[in-house]
Amino acid sequence: MLYSEKVMDHFANPRNVGELENPDGVGEVGNAKCGDIMKMFLKIEDGKIADVRFKTFGCGAAIATSSMATELIKGQTIEEALKLTNKAVVEALDGLPPAKLHCSVLAEQAIKTALADYYRRNGVDPTPLVGEISGECDGHCCH
Amino acid sequence: MNRFVYADNAATTAVSEPVFQAMLPYLKEHYGNPSSIYSIGREARKAIEIARQKVASAIGAQPTEIYFTGSGTESDNWALKGVMESARAKGKTHLITTAFEHHAVLHSAQKLEKQGFTVTYLPVSPEGYVSPEQVRAAITEQTALVSVMYANNEIGTVQPIPEIGAVCREAGVLFHTDAVQAVGNLEIDTAAQKIDLLSLSGHKIHAPKGVGVLYCRNGVRIPNLIDGGAQERNRRGGTENLASIVGLGAAIELAAQDIPARTEKIRRLRERLIDGILTAVPKTRLNGGREQRLAGNVNISFEAVEGEALLLRLDMMGICASSGSACTSGSLDPSHVLLAIGLPHEIAHGSLRLSLSESTTDAEIDYILECIPQVIHTLRAMSPVWQG
Repeated sequence: MLYSEKVMDHFANPRNVGELENPDGVGEVGNAKCGDIMKMFLKIEDGKIADVRFKTFGCGAAIATSSMATELIKGQTIEEALKLTNKAVVEALDGLPPAKLHCSVLAEQAIKTALADYYRRNGVDPTPLVGEISGECDGHCCH
Repeated sequence: MNRFVYADNAATTAVSEPVFQAMLPYLKEHYGNPSSIYSIGREARKAIEIARQKVASAIGAQPTEIYFTGSGTESDNWALKGVMESARAKGKTHLITTAFEHHAVLHSAQKLEKQGFTVTYLPVSPEGYVSPEQVRAAITEQTALVSVMYANNEIGTVQPIPEIGAVCREAGVLFHTDAVQAVGNLEIDTAAQKIDLLSLSGHKIHAPKGVGVLYCRNGVRIPNLIDGGAQERNRRGGTENLASIVGLGAAIELAAQDIPARTEKIRRLRERLIDGILTAVPKTRLNGGREQRLAGNVNISFEAVEGEALLLRLDMMGICASSGSACTSGSLDPSHVLLAIGLPHEIAHGSLRLSLSESTTDAEIDYILECIPQVIHTLRAMSPVWQG
């Protein structure tokens, strides 16, 4: 299995690792049994992602997709961030091995879960805006 | 510039210089087909028979009991499927094996189940052992074969093979052992240890990849594996892998020499490595018992860290190792071996296997001990499940 240079770069030097104090939204997806957990922390100002941090337990692809996803949404409006797809993350990383595509799905879900949390904290029902999020792995990583 | 430390000798080994030198003439001047009657054919035939003699001597067998194959996996497939097919004619349809065999045995057993055979998978203890008593209790009137690995490839635990051999012989049941990891590490004597069939592989003992052996005791009948040639006494047709067979002969002769002295040196390094890691890194456990264990095997789980990320980080520092995490196994689950000894999934994902050889040095152990705490610290710092 070969990772692209971009994946290895984001794995070796992950961007935006850590936590945020007093975040406006937090989202955690995956589970340890599957070997992947992603947690995203958002700071939101004037409807934009002012800052973002992540913590990930998982393989090289899980760490790289988390890192890339945070880079892609930083500075974007909430509406733009909600449109981030796992496909966009994969493309930005110059591709992922097929067995690792579920990691990009987790990254997308982690961001949506954090944004849903932000809406909830502001008294807004997130479901019509964010959609249903399973918050679990998609069945590709474990039984 | 990073160093390069190869600590994955249970995966494969480098071809050693004496093995390489022994092989060279059979790639160049003595390239004849071993079945040809002229001089270079006869030279090739002679070399194969010398290699067969060397394999037989190394494991306490007769040359007529040695069949060269393409891999340890092929040997395991042939042993299990061959014995069970022969046994079916006599109305025996039960196979006993263990839950933590190599997939070469496990997947062969599963295939046999699909064909109507019954298979008992003996559970293993939390330390990674099966007992002769478990084997005895599982044997029924229907049992044709028991297959228990000599030493486990992931956690290095050495099974009580002579005792299991005795139980099987007494019960009139054939006994196969996958000795791929054991050769060169342990004294193997198929006659004294009452082993009827045994699989081994060249590339784990400094011979090239693509050559293995099935030992099948004289008098044990198994069907031919490949039809179409008289090679390997009609059992496995196809022109022999001449140079690799010569290499395997040279390698096993060296591997069977000075086992106690050689393994003692490796064991000392292993103990230093295990103690060093367990002392330097909290929330860490050794997988598999420490006493009856292959001299070069270290298998450790680190909480809150995923194995593939660990391997990639170590690779960036020039260290080659392996892991039982799902992400590196190419399957969806973490290592069946670690699950068999009772590890929860999340701990099994964070396992690391380091396997040493006689060429491993103290300086390399120092370097590994310098790198691992740094790597674990980095990964735990970004892990949402780490409660440091």
